[in-house]
Amino acid sequence: MEISSNTQALAYLVAAVLFILGLKGLTHPASARKGNFFGMAGMAIAIGATLLGSEVQSYGFIIAGVAAGAVIGSVLAARVQMTAMPQLVAALHSFVGMAAVLVALGTYLNKAQAGLLNPVLMGELSAGIVIGAITFSGSVIAFGKLQGLISGAPVVFKGQHTLNALLGLVTVGLAIVFATTEASWALVLMTILAFVLGFTLIIPIGGADMPVIISMLNSYSGWAAAATGFTLGNNLLIIVGALVGFSGAILSFIMCRAMNRSIINVVFGGFGGDSEAGPSAVAQAAEKGVKAASVEDAIYWMEDANRVIIVPGYGMAVAQAQHALKELMELLEENGVEVKFAIHPVAGRMPGHMNVLLAEADIPYDHVLEMDEINPEFATTDVALVVGANDVTNPAAKTDPSSPIYGMPILDVAKARNIYVIKRSMRPGYSGVENLLYYQDNCSLIFGDAKDVCEGMVTALKGGGH
Amino acid sequence: MPDTLVALYVFVLACFIGYFVIWGVTPSLHTPLVALTNAISGIVIVGALLVTGAESAGTTAEVIGFFAVLLASINVFGGFLVTNRMLAMFKKKDKKQGS
Repeated sequence: MEISSNTQALAYLVAAVLFILGLKGLTHPASARKGNFFGMAGMAIAIGATLLGSEVQSYGFIIAGVAAGAVIGSVLAARVQMTAMPQLVAALHSFVGMAAVLVALGTYLNKAQAGLLNPVLMGELSAGIVIGAITFSGSVIAFGKLQGLISGAPVVFKGQHTLNALLGLVTVGLAIVFATTEASWALVLMTILAFVLGFTLIIPIGGADMPVIISMLNSYSGWAAAATGFTLGNNLLIIVGALVGFSGAILSFIMCRAMNRSIINVVFGGFGGDSEAGPSAVAQAAEKGVKAASVEDAIYWMEDANRVIIVPGYGMAVAQAQHALKELMELLEENGVEVKFAIHPVAGRMPGHMNVLLAEADIPYDHVLEMDEINPEFATTDVALVVGANDVTNPAAKTDPSSPIYGMPILDVAKARNIYVIKRSMRPGYSGVENLLYYQDNCSLIFGDAKDVCEGMVTALKGGGH
Repeated sequence: MPDTLVALYVFVLACFIGYFVIWGVTPSLHTPLVALTNAISGIVIVGALLVTGAESAGTTAEVIGFFAVLLASINVFGGFLVTNRMLAMFKKKDKKQGS
């Protein structure tokens, strides 16, 4: 069966509508699963309509590619740990980027063969290749940083921005040369430089900015798809690419706002390494010393508390402590303690990552509160238990104008009556800024792996505590 | 109107739709949203199919296309399934609350 190009265009329209409904569904928990199914249906229709169209004439390579991709993708999705979600997403972004590059190259070969090259097409091809290549190598770097294969610290050197600007200009120049002269050397060189550019653009971005970077690369992958759509004159790709591109851009904006930083600042800032943090306040605080506490100390206070607020951070995620926290929550609640979870928008390394981890541990939705909802409650809270969160609890963001994180909205943990922070070492968080919270009189640190400590708390509570 | 201009019209209007649709999203669903848009950006598979299956496609284009199809379909399947997995976890809680 072969469908006409008009039927195909109508099918694409239906698919586009389904994708829009899918995204719309994701804006509310109640409709989210339906949204995902709309997305799947849209994709199925898009693929089906393409295969049945007159342009697709041979199926061997296609069937092989889809079959292999389906197996690999399904296994990845089924096996990935929720804590590794940022890495998976980064890896998937890189695949889209690379696919866009390959589609553009393949289109070039096909059109060249058919003698259908023209400057507009080659300009569009160049855009697809450049955006796709930047998405690919940028995502590979993000993946490496998230996976710990390369250091999360920003790599900054003198003249970096000049180098990037230069690389960008040369890449655009080569695209123009290619579009006007059909010179294949320009195509090759442009492709290579675009890969390099993705690398040099992401390498200076520090671990603290990863939630923004993940959304930004998400956005890039959308623009890459849209550029491919221009190349192929395919409206569906253009629509979907624009949707994804804007989704990522808006999430990046929301994440930046949660850190009180501009996107320019994120992209060019190099935030997340050994920063020149306002030494004045930190030096003062260091003299006061830090208190270390035992699991029993914390349990002693938590058991008799009216309200405990737990603040999870990436330390909880890497230690996989969410299940132990769930048990801790249940035991405390049996003792009549009210337990809530406070989530900072940029906790972890991906927007909303903590919500997913707590959901995985089956922690009830109404126990999990966003920053704005929970902040007024810290002042009347007996114990705040910080589990591997760092920068998002640092009062320096409010009190120390010289701090690099000054102005960033934080969780008001510092106001709780007693504060216990589970932490592996005295190393500062991603921002590289010392946390003034630790030097407060009412704050004690429990050194250790978040999971071990939380399990220790559970055991202590079961054993009757103190 | 030349095709490229039509494409530009479609592009700009779609940008507006994207802009208005995404703003309402609740922070707790940010990760599933990223995963879903990730799956959806696998729409480049359509481009990959057109390149691979084109009648004029030479062997080089076919091989390039094969890898494009492979990568994009990993993205499509992986993205949708992992989104579903995450949303199922959120769903479980909703049920409990209701009962």
